[in-house]
Amino acid sequence: MLSADFVIVTAIVYVGLLFILAYFGDRHTRANKSSFLRSPAVYTLSISVYCTSWTFYGAVGNAARGGLEFLTIYLGPTIVFVGWWFILRKLVRIGRMQAITSIADLLSSRYGKSSRLAVLVTLIAVIGITPYIALQLKAITASIQAVAESAEGARGSLVGVDDGALAFGIAAGMALFTILFGTRNVDAKEQHHGVVAAIAFEAVVKLAALLAVGVFVTFGLGGGFESIYRGAEAAGIAIYEDDPFGPRWVAMTVLSAAAIICLPRQFQITVVENANEDHLRVAGWAFPAYLLLMSVFTLPIALYGMTVMPEGANPDMFVLTLPLSEGQSGIALLAFIGGFSSATSMIIVASIALSIMVSNHIIMPIILRSSNVGQGDGQGVRRLLLLSRRVSIGVILTLGFLYFSLTGDDALAPIGLISFAGVAQFLPAILAGLYWREAAQRGAASGIFVGFVIWAWTMFLPSFETVLPWVSDVMESGPWGIGFLRPQNLFGLNDLDPLVHSVFWSLLLNSVFLVVGSLVSNQSALERIQAAAFVDVFRRRPFAHRGFMPGSATANDLYFVAERVLGEKRAATLFETAAQERGVEPAMLEPTPEFISRLERELAGSIGSASAHVMLAKVVAGGDVSLEEMMQMADETQQVIEYSQELERTSAELRVTARKLEDANAQLRELDSQKDEFLSQVSHEVRTPMTSIRSFSEILMEPGELNDGQRQRFISTIHNESLRLTRLLDEILDLSALERGERSWQNAPVDAEEALDRAVAVCDALLRQRGMRVEFGERAHTTMVDGDSDRLCQVFINLISNAVKYNDADHPIVRVSSAVRAGQFVVEVADNGPGISKTDRKHIFEKFWRGVEGGGDQGGAGLGLAISRQIVARMNGTLELVPGPLPGACFRVRLPVIK
Amino acid sequence: MGGTLAFDILIAEDEPSILESLDFILRRAGWSVESVTDGEAVLERVRRELPRILVLDVMLPKRSGFDVLKQLRSEEPTRVLPVLILTAKGQQQDRRIAEELGADGFVTKPYSNAEVVGAVRQLLGDNDRAA
Repeated sequence: MLSADFVIVTAIVYVGLLFILAYFGDRHTRANKSSFLRSPAVYTLSISVYCTSWTFYGAVGNAARGGLEFLTIYLGPTIVFVGWWFILRKLVRIGRMQAITSIADLLSSRYGKSSRLAVLVTLIAVIGITPYIALQLKAITASIQAVAESAEGARGSLVGVDDGALAFGIAAGMALFTILFGTRNVDAKEQHHGVVAAIAFEAVVKLAALLAVGVFVTFGLGGGFESIYRGAEAAGIAIYEDDPFGPRWVAMTVLSAAAIICLPRQFQITVVENANEDHLRVAGWAFPAYLLLMSVFTLPIALYGMTVMPEGANPDMFVLTLPLSEGQSGIALLAFIGGFSSATSMIIVASIALSIMVSNHIIMPIILRSSNVGQGDGQGVRRLLLLSRRVSIGVILTLGFLYFSLTGDDALAPIGLISFAGVAQFLPAILAGLYWREAAQRGAASGIFVGFVIWAWTMFLPSFETVLPWVSDVMESGPWGIGFLRPQNLFGLNDLDPLVHSVFWSLLLNSVFLVVGSLVSNQSALERIQAAAFVDVFRRRPFAHRGFMPGSATANDLYFVAERVLGEKRAATLFETAAQERGVEPAMLEPTPEFISRLERELAGSIGSASAHVMLAKVVAGGDVSLEEMMQMADETQQVIEYSQELERTSAELRVTARKLEDANAQLRELDSQKDEFLSQVSHEVRTPMTSIRSFSEILMEPGELNDGQRQRFISTIHNESLRLTRLLDEILDLSALERGERSWQNAPVDAEEALDRAVAVCDALLRQRGMRVEFGERAHTTMVDGDSDRLCQVFINLISNAVKYNDADHPIVRVSSAVRAGQFVVEVADNGPGISKTDRKHIFEKFWRGVEGGGDQGGAGLGLAISRQIVARMNGTLELVPGPLPGACFRVRLPVIK
Repeated sequence: MGGTLAFDILIAEDEPSILESLDFILRRAGWSVESVTDGEAVLERVRRELPRILVLDVMLPKRSGFDVLKQLRSEEPTRVLPVLILTAKGQQQDRRIAEELGADGFVTKPYSNAEVVGAVRQLLGDNDRAA
């Protein structure tokens, strides 16, 4: 006969056995890298930490109350492992590449190493898992009580001890055990091989126990499956009545699928403790097979229990109470051990996972912000880490105990579902993080937060209904009487199962906020880098470096930090290995970006990626790296993009430069041809007088028959042509200077009218020679302009003499007029000559251009108008050809009048 | 066409002093000389009376010497008229153009009197033999 005392002692002995197993497991794997404990079988068995006392005891209860519904709890994980293994594979790969320590670390790392998100996820995980831990406490308590009540005198030392006190004792014992068990090492990434070994052992124990009970009940008591079903039918137990594929089924399958990914302990075992990615292949079929075995006897036990057990017996405890009622102490003890095993494995792994999250994401950042890393004694950070993890475990189990005491006598399964729905809020952010590059931190954080709030309101709060009166009021009529916000009828959605209702609203709004929040916000550079690292994890080379530029941090500074977090031995090993790889002395190790990234990963393994990032940022000089540097170092893809953009930019610049060079070249060619043209024209202008001079000189030199008149005439021609040459050279030099913008005079206020009068007077002889006279139009009075009187006179002479020289009219006229209009002194010189043809108009101000009509005898080189125009321009005026009052040409000079 | 030719040399030159010197040295050499001062006048004059040779300046008003030469070479009686080109530009390009257009001689300004007289004499002599 079993007594409470006996099972308690058995439990303690069992725990001691686990401890020894874990201890030797640790030593074994440490000594032997290819240990059996790193095999896919152990990995698969450890994943079955999924099967807790909820599965062990609760599944039967669930089947008894809700029929086949209990299967959904196995269906979700099976779908994930068989059909959606690629999600797990991606998670495992990312976990290794980014040294992920927990689910909070995963989300934080993905969304730009956001500390805020890590804190949010950690808090939600702690709150969400609390009911789950309470469930285990409750199951152990109930199982011990079941033994105590199974016979007279079985209570033993538990006489007078109620459920609460018993549960408290169990919680305290569990806390102590977990602390001893799980916090011997600081580095979460060092992996708890010993713990995993113990968990795998427990997986065997609980499966063996449940199978033993199943075989005993089904074949020992019930006479086989068929007999049990017939017996149940005869007893009027209708277990298949409910429509098995309603919304509740869908919701529960979704929840259990989410849970296998999102539960902190599942993440810990599946991702963090994973030794080899290929182990997933085995787990892909073996874990579903394990689940199948765990569930195969659930229904027969439930049916048989309901058939034979007295009315009001708790179906959650059938696994234990059926053997007890038959007096089968051995099988009952095995059942107790199996249930205890299921509960302890969950509590151990869950509280280790949660304590890592709490210490890495809440306690460490506070320490990092409030103290200067690198001060204090050498083991400071390590000790703080251990302490914070131990305290966290205590807090987590205390919360579990409080929840257990505060909530009512619920069945096991519904409590578990509360936790499932809570952690399921991480699923949208995880999936988006793995497959949607644009998923942004703001979207993820707001989605998770909103989902959590709705979950807390619609599911967590109602679980306090029986103990807190105001909760039932709120559920009845809504907060402050707002029916719209009733927890189980949110937004007027009635007629839904409370579970479906909560899952629907929380996941829907969670996803909506995630998507909208991501679309409206801009990702930071770090976020983009991490998004690419996650989404494209299979396309990246392992260990593509990222993060910090070396700055001025020395290897010494880095060692200082590493020593404080990793401990002296590991830090020294890390630095020595790196130095060896580079073939230098450890003291000469250069803090390259690759090395700093490696150190960051190592640190991340101990304190999480966000904290490691903050910590190194404090040490590496310059603190946070500039965005540009980040982008440069991001990853291969990023670098290739950068590089090609750089190339594009460079080639665009080259194209522009080439075009400029072409333009410049064309300009030079144009200038060159202008120069050639100019030289050719100067040559022509010089050769013409030279020809006469040479020819007449030769005539004069020859002895001969020249009369005096001829001789005189030829000498005079030579003289005139020499003067013409001199004038030509003067004009060329003058024009050249004017075209360079130079002025041989100082602009000063001069009377423009006086200059015009002087010019008319000078031209008088030429006019009279041709029998012409100047007609005057309107004349201005004394008008001052800024210029040079002689040069102005030169311009007017040029215009008047042109008007005379090219005028072949029968009665040639030159008309000169002047006026002041709108602040401008305007002079017009018009004639009644042939005018200037349309085609010539655009050439008349060019050098060496002469009217095609004669004028050759006038001795001009065709520079007059070009020079005049330049002179006027140097006086800030204009010279142009305008339609005139007479049939011939009309030139207009405008000069600004000065007051 | 044949027949006797009205005079020996037609000079087309717009620079008065150059024209005067050419007129002097060619007459002194014993030839009969007429002159015009623009391109149109050249064509008009040769159509009226054909000289034995034409001394043609390139830079003429109204119609350039090259233009005139081209025109002469496209018309029957003047196709074979010996033409001596005068140019003040003196570049190789001008000489090439002159040759392509069918000029018979080429003299660059400033020239020596003997050079011009020699060139004219050569052309007249060739012409004499041809005739």
